[in-house]
Amino acid sequence: MAVETKVNSELSFATIDAITHKHNVQPGAVIPVLQEIQEAYGHVPPAAIERIAENMGVPASEIFGIVTFYAQFRLQPVGKNLVKVCHGTACHLNGAERVSKALTQAVGAEEGETSQNGKFTVERVACLGCCSLAPCVMLNGEAYGRLTPEAINKVVSQIQEKEKVPEAK
Amino acid sequence: MLLEGNKKVGNWVVKVGLASCGIAAGGRKVWDALQTGLHNRGLNIELKQTGCMGMCYKEVLVEVSSPEGGQVFYGRVQPEQVERIVTEHLINGKPVTEWVISADEINSFMAKQKRIVLRNCGVIDPESLDDYLDAGGYKALEKVLGDMPPQQVIDEVTKSGLRGRGGAGFPTGVKWNLARKSPGSQKYVICNADEGDPGAFMDRSVLESDPHSVIEGMVIAGYAIGATEGFIYVRAEYPMAVKRLELALAQAKEKGFIGDNMLNYNFDFDISIRQGAGAFVCGEETALMMSIEGKRGMPRVRPPFPAQSGLWGRPTNINNVETFANVPWIIMNGANAYNIYGTEKSKGTKVFALAGKAARTGLVEVPMGIPIKEIVLEIGGGTSTGLAFKAVQMGGPSGGVIPASLADTPVDYESITQTGAIMGSGGLIVMDESSCMVDIAKFFLNFTQDESCGKCTFCRLGTLRMMEILERIAGGKGKEEDLALLEELARDVKRASLCGLGQTAPNPVLTTLKYFRNEYEAHIYEKKCQAKKCQALITYEIISDKCPGCGLCAKYCPADAISGKKKEPYSINTEKCIRCGLCMSTCRLGAITVH
Repeated sequence: MAVETKVNSELSFATIDAITHKHNVQPGAVIPVLQEIQEAYGHVPPAAIERIAENMGVPASEIFGIVTFYAQFRLQPVGKNLVKVCHGTACHLNGAERVSKALTQAVGAEEGETSQNGKFTVERVACLGCCSLAPCVMLNGEAYGRLTPEAINKVVSQIQEKEKVPEAK
Repeated sequence: MLLEGNKKVGNWVVKVGLASCGIAAGGRKVWDALQTGLHNRGLNIELKQTGCMGMCYKEVLVEVSSPEGGQVFYGRVQPEQVERIVTEHLINGKPVTEWVISADEINSFMAKQKRIVLRNCGVIDPESLDDYLDAGGYKALEKVLGDMPPQQVIDEVTKSGLRGRGGAGFPTGVKWNLARKSPGSQKYVICNADEGDPGAFMDRSVLESDPHSVIEGMVIAGYAIGATEGFIYVRAEYPMAVKRLELALAQAKEKGFIGDNMLNYNFDFDISIRQGAGAFVCGEETALMMSIEGKRGMPRVRPPFPAQSGLWGRPTNINNVETFANVPWIIMNGANAYNIYGTEKSKGTKVFALAGKAARTGLVEVPMGIPIKEIVLEIGGGTSTGLAFKAVQMGGPSGGVIPASLADTPVDYESITQTGAIMGSGGLIVMDESSCMVDIAKFFLNFTQDESCGKCTFCRLGTLRMMEILERIAGGKGKEEDLALLEELARDVKRASLCGLGQTAPNPVLTTLKYFRNEYEAHIYEKKCQAKKCQALITYEIISDKCPGCGLCAKYCPADAISGKKKEPYSINTEKCIRCGLCMSTCRLGAITVH
């Protein structure tokens, strides 16, 4: 799965047009189009909505309504690393709140926010489906389980180390 | 994972569980270590990836089958352990017993299970069509296309007694029949894979471990009702399930199991995937169809039911992942082989995702009618904490709690409904004494409030008002009138909400009030949370004679509420303390306690 963190790139009508054109044959394709746009840009740039509306013959207001209804879509760009903290039932019972507190402290961003340095975005999700390994977090598309505040601090430190080295793999 | 699985006698086979849980536990690193180890030693041993083996609490799981037919399971495997497994077991034939899961434990976990839906999970490689075919895959489809007229297929499914496994329990055969009888040349089959209940992972596991079983079930349904197109609506939060489904669909298409003129039987059926976009309400069938149509996922009134007028106004049959996965087995083995399991009105088996405080969390499949206590205490091994088993929560945010005193209740649709809870899609959360019932009710209501689509007033505002009351109670500001008001609101929201989300959102509140009213009262009148969960009602304290003054807790405190001098006992400022409990979990000396 493509990692959903992309650096802000120039909004390209060519990219948007290619995506809408590919899906336009199917009815009800607005959602898959928006999903691909978000995969390309890391979020749905508000400026893209007009173009999508034009290409697909759907009013921009309707598209805006779809973007704001579904939790997956973001209108703001994401940080370099996207962390989704699971607050499902099993995770909640097994200490998700503590892991979340440790995480938000370590990266400098509350749930729903991006850190000042743009390195981390933290999101709250209801359930990742890894309940037997609660509490869980999905970091850049990979699931981490059996977390404790110490464990999540370690994971974050490792990433922060890598971030310090430019072009690090 | 199975004693009844597909064993190749005559060869060594090493399998690694690589569904999402296995991978989250580090499965890929174990896989790499095994691959390198086998290669370095020049061993020509088959290394296979499989899906969910079921004993998720023991991930990473590695199964080793020997040429003589013996089977051994290693649990909690780390990459560093692979060296010894390769040398001692694979080369010298001696399992590393200290890492092997004992036969007793496996037996405790497996003995009462009957794995029909999970028949291939943890046994086959989910990315191999050949494995699925070797396990008897697509034979049901061939039988149906070659030998069984559509009505006969429907009659067989009806006779099996299969009921919708998504939670509502509507008889599947009856639903298919309704769709078949509806006039219209264009019909659809939809698989609801929007498993949104927090704590449920049954569907995810089936999709990641045996995707073809769902595809086959869908095609059979399409044939039975006269549809030519199908959709699998899967949550975006399940990237691995999406990936494996896409692969399976491509494989099936290549070999002619879906597509035009399937297997030369003059029947066309194609399936495409639509991903959800993070809305729990889209698990409700009418909202789901809105979503596929490219709109906001807001439910509508029924009738008309999807079987008469569904996707784009056409007859549509929607079933859950688990329901479809049952179908090929029922066709091959016959309705009577299925309906010998279960009770009079609830036939067959049910998959449960056992989580929470269970000692053995994982994926289990049991015959309907098994008492709750057997699942919790025998299969689940009791609580992981050693604290007393207090209650189970079934059915996710639409379900309810069932106290331990009712643990003899058989697990079937009617008996569970009688307790006030619902069977649900299969999430089974075990709770012990450290769980606060007010907190659990608040947790679920918080979820449904957030996910409410906003269309109907009772759900939109009613759940909000209920949540405000619960927050007051949990915050130590509960009033005497609150309980009566909560109950009244709950009943009204149940009765007047447009869709299943609103109609069932009050269930966690109603069941916790019914069985644990004393906890609510303690929160209101005594401002006490027995389970020490509700943050406003607890205080954390450092025990001076146990504290050496290392300062570790102060370092981690997110509110800067701990202070002190090195080598002297520290103290917590209760005004600043946000009751997160991080200090207590950080302290290695047990010097911090909570009242």
